[in-house]
Formats: sequence, C-alpha cells, structure tokens
Amino acid sequence: MAEHGQHSVPHAQAGEFDNMELVHPKTFLGKYVWSQDAKVIAIQYGLTAIAIGLVALVLSVLMRLQLGFPNTFSLIDPSSYLQYVTMHGMIMVVYLLTALFLGAFGNYLIPLMCGARDMVFPYLNMLSYWFYLVAVLILVASFFVPGGATGAGWTLYPPQAISPGTPGIHGGILLMFASLAVFIAGFTMGGLNYVVTVLQARTRGMTLMRLPLTIWGIFMATVMALLAFPALLVAILMMLCDMLLGTSFFMPEMLNLGEPSTHEGGSPLLYQHLFWFFGHPEVYIVALPAFGIVSDILATHARKNIFGYRMMVWAIILIAVLSFVVWAHHMFVSGMNPYFGFLFATTTLIIAVPTAIKVYNWVLTLWRGNIRMTVPMLFAIGFIFTFVNGGLSGLFLGNVTVDVPLADTYFVVGHFHMVMAVAPVLVVFGAIYHWYPKITGRMLDDTLGKIHFWVTFLGTYAIFYPMHFMGFAGVPRRYYGYGETTFIPDSIQTLNAFMSVAAIIVALVQLVFFYNLVRSYFRGREAGPNPWQATTLEWQTEHTPPRHGNFGTELPVVYRWAYDYGVPGTKHDFIPQNMAPDEVERADRVDQDAPGRLPS
Amino acid sequence: MAIAVAVILLAMGSVLFFFFSPWYLTPLASNWGAIDDTIQITLWVTGAVFLAVNLFLAHVIIRYRFSRRRRSQYDPENKSLELWLTGLTTLGIAGLLAPGLLVWGSFVSPPDDAHEVEVVGQQWHWSFRFPGEDGRFGSVHNRFMDEHNPFGMVDDPAGQDDILISTPHLVLPVDRPVKMVLRSKDVLHNVKVANFRAKMDMVPGQTSFFWFTPTEVGEYEIVCAQLCGIAHFAMRGRIEVVDQEDFDAWLTEQPSYAELAALAPGDPEEGEARYTSCAACHGPEGQGNQDLNAPKLAGLDAWYLERQLALFRSGARGTHEDDIYGIQMRPFATMLPDRQAIADVSAYIGTLPDRPVQASLDEGDPERGARRYRTCANCHGQQGQGIRATNGPRLAGLSDWYLERQLQNFRKGVRGRHREDAYGNQMIEMAQVLVDDQAVSDVVAYIMTLPLPRVEMAAVSSDGVEE
Amino acid sequence: MTVTLVFLAVMMALFGGWLFSHSINVRPWEAQVTGRSRLQMPAGVTASRVGLGVFLAVATSLFALTISAYLMRQEMGHDWRPLAVPGLLWWNSVCLVFGSVALQSAWKAARRDDAGRLRLGLLVGGGFTIAFILGQALAWWQLQARGIYLSANPANAFFFLLTALHVLHLLGGLFAWSRSLLRLQRGATPRNMLPSIELCALYWHFLLVVWGILFALLLTT
Repeated sequence: MAEHGQHSVPHAQAGEFDNMELVHPKTFLGKYVWSQDAKVIAIQYGLTAIAIGLVALVLSVLMRLQLGFPNTFSLIDPSSYLQYVTMHGMIMVVYLLTALFLGAFGNYLIPLMCGARDMVFPYLNMLSYWFYLVAVLILVASFFVPGGATGAGWTLYPPQAISPGTPGIHGGILLMFASLAVFIAGFTMGGLNYVVTVLQARTRGMTLMRLPLTIWGIFMATVMALLAFPALLVAILMMLCDMLLGTSFFMPEMLNLGEPSTHEGGSPLLYQHLFWFFGHPEVYIVALPAFGIVSDILATHARKNIFGYRMMVWAIILIAVLSFVVWAHHMFVSGMNPYFGFLFATTTLIIAVPTAIKVYNWVLTLWRGNIRMTVPMLFAIGFIFTFVNGGLSGLFLGNVTVDVPLADTYFVVGHFHMVMAVAPVLVVFGAIYHWYPKITGRMLDDTLGKIHFWVTFLGTYAIFYPMHFMGFAGVPRRYYGYGETTFIPDSIQTLNAFMSVAAIIVALVQLVFFYNLVRSYFRGREAGPNPWQATTLEWQTEHTPPRHGNFGTELPVVYRWAYDYGVPGTKHDFIPQNMAPDEVERADRVDQDAPGRLPS
Repeated sequence: MAIAVAVILLAMGSVLFFFFSPWYLTPLASNWGAIDDTIQITLWVTGAVFLAVNLFLAHVIIRYRFSRRRRSQYDPENKSLELWLTGLTTLGIAGLLAPGLLVWGSFVSPPDDAHEVEVVGQQWHWSFRFPGEDGRFGSVHNRFMDEHNPFGMVDDPAGQDDILISTPHLVLPVDRPVKMVLRSKDVLHNVKVANFRAKMDMVPGQTSFFWFTPTEVGEYEIVCAQLCGIAHFAMRGRIEVVDQEDFDAWLTEQPSYAELAALAPGDPEEGEARYTSCAACHGPEGQGNQDLNAPKLAGLDAWYLERQLALFRSGARGTHEDDIYGIQMRPFATMLPDRQAIADVSAYIGTLPDRPVQASLDEGDPERGARRYRTCANCHGQQGQGIRATNGPRLAGLSDWYLERQLQNFRKGVRGRHREDAYGNQMIEMAQVLVDDQAVSDVVAYIMTLPLPRVEMAAVSSDGVEE
Repeated sequence: MTVTLVFLAVMMALFGGWLFSHSINVRPWEAQVTGRSRLQMPAGVTASRVGLGVFLAVATSLFALTISAYLMRQEMGHDWRPLAVPGLLWWNSVCLVFGSVALQSAWKAARRDDAGRLRLGLLVGGGFTIAFILGQALAWWQLQARGIYLSANPANAFFFLLTALHVLHLLGGLFAWSRSLLRLQRGATPRNMLPSIELCALYWHFLLVVWGILFALLLTT
C-alpha cells in the first residue's frame, strides 16, 4: 500500500520529508494531467467537483420548477423528479462537498499550511483523483442507462432502492453502487495522504497546537471519513448481494407490486443503521473543514487572533467523536426499538454544546477585532448567520419528541440545507475568494464578488427559511406534487412559487461567480504574495502561485501559532508564523518611525 | 455595514415572520399537546439564542468595523467567559432535552386501555384491520399474501373475526386511546396524520407502533411520509374521528375475514341475464359502441368492473355534472340490486371474447407517449395488462377514444373526485403528470400499441370464477 | 454496533490521549524557538508505517462494521440457521499462520541483508497465502456441493461475505507482495526492500489476526 512514497531518508536528524524527491515532469500532460503535485491535484479535484456540482444545481432548479409551478413542464414526471432528488442529494453531499473540502482544499492547503513540500505519497494522491474522476463519470453515466438513474433518495433505503415501483432499480442503482465504491476507494487513498501528511510532514516548529484551524478541520474530517465510509461500503456491498445473489441481508419477505419476492427475513433497519453510521459523520465531514476554514478567514480579515484556540481544537475533536454515537437520531420514526430514542436524543443534544462553543468563539473572535469587510469576510459572516439558524433548527430534530411531527417534512429539508448545504457552500465561496490570489496570483473582482455574495446569501435564506414553516404545517418531503390535500393551505403553493423564483435567481447568479473566476484569471489585479496580510505559511511562499515543492530551498521554520494579529508590543499588525522572535524585534527597530504595517 | 444591517433585519425579520406567517402547526386533534409544548419550548429557547447571537454579531460588526487608527485587541483566551458560556449552553440544552425525554417516555408506552388497529401499507395504498370481538389479531405473514388474501392471513382461529378494511378509509372513536400497529407488504412507508402529530415508519418483515387519542371529531388526511416509490405523493387515506356510537355502527357494517371468505363468487350464468340491459349500449359481446359513447367491457378484470359498478351505484361515479356519459351510466348501475348482482355481471363480462379495437384517433405520437407511459406502467403494468396489487386496471385493448376521455376527466377532476372513490382520487393526482392535451393523446397512442394480454386475461377470469 | 463502537472508542481514546499529551500545558499563542529535533515524530515512526497504520484502521473499521452487521442481523432476523463450519478451515488457518511466520522471517532476513533467506521467506509466505486462498475457495465449493447456498440463509451469506472480504484484502496484499518479489528478482538489495517487506509482514499479521477473529466468530455463533 504505502510503498509508493518515494522518499529518501538521507540524514537521521533531518525531517523525513525535508528533501522529498519530487517527480518533476516536463511535458504538459505530466504537469497538468498526470501530475503528482498536490496543488495541481487540488485544482483537478476542485474543477471536477464544481462541474458535477453544476449538474446537481441544475437538478435542483428542475425540482424547484416542478414544486413552484406544478404540472407545467412535461419533462418532469414523478420518476424524473425522484431521480433529481436522489442525484442532487448524493452529488451535493458526496461528490461535491466531500470532494471539494477534502480533495480540493485538503490537497491545496495541507502541504502548504503544514510547511511540507507535497503530500507524503504523491503517486497515491494522483491515483486518488483519477479514481474520483472515474466515480463521477460512472455516476453521470447512470443517467443514460435504460430506466435512468436511481430514484431511491440519497439514502438508498432498501427495499425500495432495489424493488419495483422506484425508478432506476436495474442499471441506475448498480452504477450508483459502483460509483460509490470507486469513490470510497479513491477517497481512502487520498485520505491516507492527508492524515499521514499532517502527522508526519509538518515542518520544524509546527507543533499540533500551532496548526491553523483549517488543517484541524480537514484533518479530523478525513479521520472521520476514513472510519465512516467503510460503513457505506459494507452497506452497499450487502445490498448488492441482496440484489444480484439473492441473499437476504436487508430484504424481508415482501411483495414486488403483487408478486412475491424470494427474499426472507432480512432487516431494512439494519441497512439504516449502517447507512447512518456513515451518514451522520458525513454531515460533520462536510461541516468540520468549513468550521476550520471559516475560523481562519475570520481571524485574518478581522485582524484578530482566534478566540479560545484550544477550545476550538477540542471542540472539533469532541464533535468528531460524538458524531459517531448519534446516528440513530435519523431513525427516531424508523420503527426501530423506541427506547433507543432516549439514548440518541441525549447524545445528539450533547453535541450541540461543542458546536455552540464554536459559534461563540467565532463571534468573540470578531469582538474587539478590526474587521475588514472583504468578500471572504462577508461570506464568513453569512456562514455564521446561516449556521446559527441551521444549528438551532437541529435542536428541534435531535430532540426525539419534537422530531416526531417534523420528521420527513420540509422542516428537515430546510434544516439540513441551512446547516450542511448553504453554510458550507458559503464557506467554499469565501475560501475561494480568500485563496484564489494564492492559487492564481490575481485577485478576484470585488464588485462581482459582492453581487455574488448578496444574492446568494439573501436568496438562499429566502429559499430555505420558509421551508421550516412548511414543515410546521406538516408538508411532507419528496413529494412530486401536493394535489388536493386537506391540511395543506393553498397559500403554501404561493410560497413554493416564491421559493422557486428565489432558487432560479440564486442559480443564475452563480454565473457571475464563474465569470469572475475566468475573467480574473486573465485580467484580475496582481495579488502579490500576501494580499490579505495573513500569517499562515501558504502566504509566505517564495513564488505566487507556489511552484512544485511549495517552498524555496529551505522549508520554513515555525515559531508561533497562526493567529498573531495585533500582537501587543509590536509595530506589526500581524506576524507570520515563520518569523522568529528576534526577527520581529529587528523589524520593529527598523520600522520605529515608519507607520505601522497596517493593511490598507 | 450593509452586512450588519442585513443580519439585524434578517434576524428580526425571521422572528417576525414566525409571529405573522400564516403557516404553523395544523390544528391539534389528538392528545399530543405535550409534543406541541416541546416544540413551543424549543421555539422560545432557540428564538432567544438566535436573536441574542445575531444581534450581538451585528453589534460587533458595527462597533469593531475597520479603522486605520486602531488595532484589534489581542486576547487568546478567557477561561471564565468560556466556562460561563459552556455552562449556560449546557443548562439550556438540558432544559430542552428534559421535557423531550419525558414526553418520549409516554410516547413509547401506550396505555393499557388502548384499542388496537393495524395499518397495512403497500405501494400505494393503505388498508386496516381491527382485531374483532376477541380483541386479538390473527397471525399474518407476508408469505401468504396474494390477491385473494391481501392481508396475508394465516389459518388462525384468532383471525376469523378480524375485521378487514381494504379501502383507505378508517373510522376511529373520539377520546379513546388507540394503538396503531404498523406493518408493510412491500417497502417502507410512514403513516402520518399531521393533526395527530404522531407518526412512525412501517417496515416490511416487522411491526412497529405508535399511539394517540383522537380528541376532535372530524376528518383527517393520511399521507405517506417515507419515500416509497413513484406514487409516494399520491398515497393518501382518510381517518374519520366520530362518536363511539357512530364508530360501533360503522364497525359492525365492516366485513370480517370469515365473512369475506364465505362470500359467493360471481356466477356468470346469473350475470348473463343481467347483462341484457348492458348489451344495448355496450354490445352483446361487450365490444363497446363509440356512437353511443359506450366503452368496450370485454377483457376488463372482474375486480375492476365490480369496483366501478359499485361506485356508479353508490353515486361516487357518474354524478359530476360534466360527466355526461357517466350520468347516463348511473341509472343502469343502480338497477343492479346488490353486491352479488354486481359480481355476477362482472363474472359474465369476464367470459366475453376480447377482440382488438380499431384506433380512432391519430393526433398522438406513440414514441413520446412511451416516455409518459413509464409513470403509468408502475400501477398498470409495463404492457398495460393491469396489476391487481396496485389496483391499477388493464389499459391495453381499450378503445382510444374512451381512454382519452377518461384521462381528460381525471385531469379535470370530472372523474375520481368523489371522496369515496379512493383510487379515483389517486388517479386525479397521477393524471396531472399529463400536462396538456397533446400529452394525453401521446400516451393514449402508446397504449394503443400495447399487445392484447389474452393469456393472462384468461387466467385471471378463470381464477375469479374458481374463487 | 457495539463491536464497532468499542473499536472506535479505543481508537479515539488513543488519539485523544496522544493529543492531550501534546496540548496539555501548551500555550499556543506563545512564540518560541523550537530548537529540538526537526522531526515531529519519534524516529521509528516513519510515514509508511503511519500510512499502513491508518490503512489498517480503515480495514479494521470495515471488518468491525461487517461483524456488527453479522451480530445485528443474527439478532434481528428469526431465520438464522447456524452454519456448520467446514473442517477445511482449520487447515487453511494453519496455512495462513505459516504464511505470516514466513513473512516475519523475510522481514528479519531483510534487516540482516540476507537476500537468499529474504527470497525464501517471501516465496514461502506467498505460497502459503495462495494455498490459504485456494483452500477458502475449496471450502466455498464444498459448501455449495453440500447444498449450502449463499442465498438460503443469512448465516451462509455472512460466511461468504466475511471470507470474501478477507480474501480480497489478502489479494491486495499479494499484489504488493508480487511487486516486492519482482523488485527482488530485478536485483534490489534487501536493505532497499526493507520498508516494503516490513509493511507486507505487518499487513499479513494484521490479516492473520482478523482471520482469527472471524474464524472464532464463525465457530462460536
């Protein structure tokens, strides 16, 4: 497994990876396609994830068209609607957010922020991306097989996932299984890299407690993903056996539209346990990197040290650990032993404590700061607001009794979109605005960025906040249409139309973002090495964008944590992590009469 | 600063939206006021935190906005502040959790005096079973289910008096706790009545339960709350909550398992005599007559004919003012005196020869129709042969003009709107998939290309006779 | 899920304890020169070893979850008919033990720079492993021949699933093993081979332990 790490250990005392032998290909293909440079792999991951994410975005617009203006579009029948629901969910959760946070941001930031030249197993890293690409292609292919993609919901619950009455029970679900299996294999290769790089390849002085929170978030998310994805793998393997070999792991005696099935005695609940054992940690796999990244954006743009760093680290770890013992809160009304409800409601609400602490500490980081209203900062504040909303609505669903009337209604849809769709996506955008200057050497356009932020932030709130009220009114989710339902007031239809219009606007404004990405790449303002005047190592590289190998001839040595903004007694507004204490003093003497190096 | 204003406005607006929005919990109709209370508590606590955090955030954004002359204050930690915040949060969480767990305690323990009703879910239909006089349900198993034994009753003395309700309409007495025992024939379902608050998934291969006490007389809609396939959204039912006397009266009208088993099957010979009045319009061989707007009957399944005749007879079909030909049909159906007469005439129609029909319309494009038809295929079969289990009648071999008219009637709610016509209700929902007249023509054109299911037809009718 | 939770608890306790030892009494905001070793980890903890460790954790998670599913399915269903484990598995187990021992001796030989014994150890180890896999296949075939089919009973299905997962992991190991063998044939020195031989040996020991647990599980339930 691990012997791909082509490294040499020439000196006992030097770090294992100080003089990593990097593969420096000369050809275009070698540099940009079969690249082993984590930064190139990161961009490959990012572009692929965004491309497939766009597919999922279009699917969501199609769903909203049907919900807002029912029975107007002949393209959308109940089968396609369910296929949109399923593929939208699966793509967004696994193929977009997981891949983007861990594959793209993880690959780009881990080596740079830890002060490493590259990931420790570059070949494996490259393989990881190609596996991911194959997984995405298989997934896309499933739209085109007879019967189309699976429409079982992203949870793929048996029996319906593989019994008649659900779209895509032949080719569609098979390709979904195949795609997930390939994704998991690819992710495991990448994940090994991320974990081992953080553990082994940190530069001199980069102790665990000096790691930027971004790295902590990505690191813990990777650890969780490595431990949780096997649950999904086992579950789909077993369902595959049920489907193809006639075993009865999950399939009970049942009828298939009137015809008796050959299965006997299987337990659909067993699948749900396995699925959510993966599925709940998955929520935090998406959330933790967002937590980490947003902490760094807040600190940098508020020119303020992060408040309660140690608490933040332990909160991340506590959330990671607890998230493995809360899975059954997705199953309060699943028909499992109802006494589990007591246990899982308790563990679920306990997890709210470290999460709340993180929110407090973000706000307290801003407190007494010197807040620059840059575009990344806007997105970070948007994240806090959205996340507070989504986190609080989680207290309804995690508390077993309150969950009963709200489960499987639009309240759930509103909640999880706030907390694990909009909030992390706002962070993704913030992070792109934040790191784009390092990745390309040019700044993204501010005005376009602000338009993008305002429409996205307000628009998504307009889509998802009213959904909670539909949930209170009892509107069930995953419905193709509501027809003549006695308990749903007609005004809900107006609300649905409003939400659909908002969704279309939000989808369209993403074009502004893509335009900005492309335009700034060629015509953006030159960024310089450290436009945000940030302390972390990626901003201290010799070249911008950093070359293969990241740093110059010498790896940086770290003397301090990542949050030395506005340190008392120094002239400087910020001190980079690799600035030695005596260097700071020297710089202070030089700058004695010059104005403080405050950002403009 | 715009962001601070936005945060303030959004936070206040969200809270105001809560107070002034017309959308909130449906009127409570069960004993689960305690669940509503836990929602209320959670709303107050989370609302307060939501406002506090966001207003403080907005304050911070304004107060500590960027200034060239100022530097941020360096404070890495504040142990006591962090402890206080953690402590207060823990208290708040405990305050939410405690009532939740208390109510859950009663949610999972049905009272001893609760009477039991079994709810059976299937794609995409509800049915119910009462334990009968002995108060015990007879054993059931999915393995024994077929079209003659839809509940999967095992040969069990306790099951003989079980009362079986095959239509998705349930009646419950007011103010008496009821334990809903849930099971499923095929995939996962979830029986949900918004006004009762309680709900639970039904899982094939096991039973689950929830309990509640209906407290308000009235009529409530059952919806399915667990994705169960393409007609998930059309899986509806109804619970009527009535006084104890009305309930008792209703229950005694419902057939028990033993009674259903003892019903005499339809007799085609008896039916032949009754058919003479039908023959005038529908033709002596049930071949139909377009000039008289009488559809073809030959080849239709007996169960479907029985259902439709019963609907015509009771006025659940053929009473809508725009249903001209349905109104014409009604008096003939009311001439059939009882259930047995309906069964007889249906059995007779089953013996009539099924001949292909001529296409009379040509606006439809069968290829486009094929794509539309994939929705229909789930209940009516890939070949339009009809599926008993989904209550989807046969479509193949019917006249196109008849199919088109009925689909239009369903789309417009001319047919199937009556509250007693449960499958008609469902078909109204499904017919909305056909967004315009062209879509109707297309799907009808496709159905015309489907082969006549002769062999299966024979098998079904002979089964019907043997019963 | 108890099995998985216990495994995770152990993992998290180890990790948490290690982290605690790194964070207790650390005041991260204090800048200082770290003059000590450039290594973040003790010298023996190489990246490839850590990498293998992490991979083994993933594999353990996979097996723990499958075992959890096994135990839960046994409890949930009412149709569990225990399977008479074929006696052949005892012989297979012995093969796997020998395979592990042989690879251990190969590791030892690599450290001593003894090319001959290294090759012998590798060949014998791989041979025994292939024998094990063939033995497992034979056991499957025997069961089929006795009319014990995969689909007939969950106990059978789990027997096939667990053994198949284990064999798949061994096949992955054999892939790495064949690469090492190839390198040795091409004249790599034992000392250069040490890291990969060491990983192979550790991986084999891990799979032996997993097999022991699976076998015990199959025998006792």
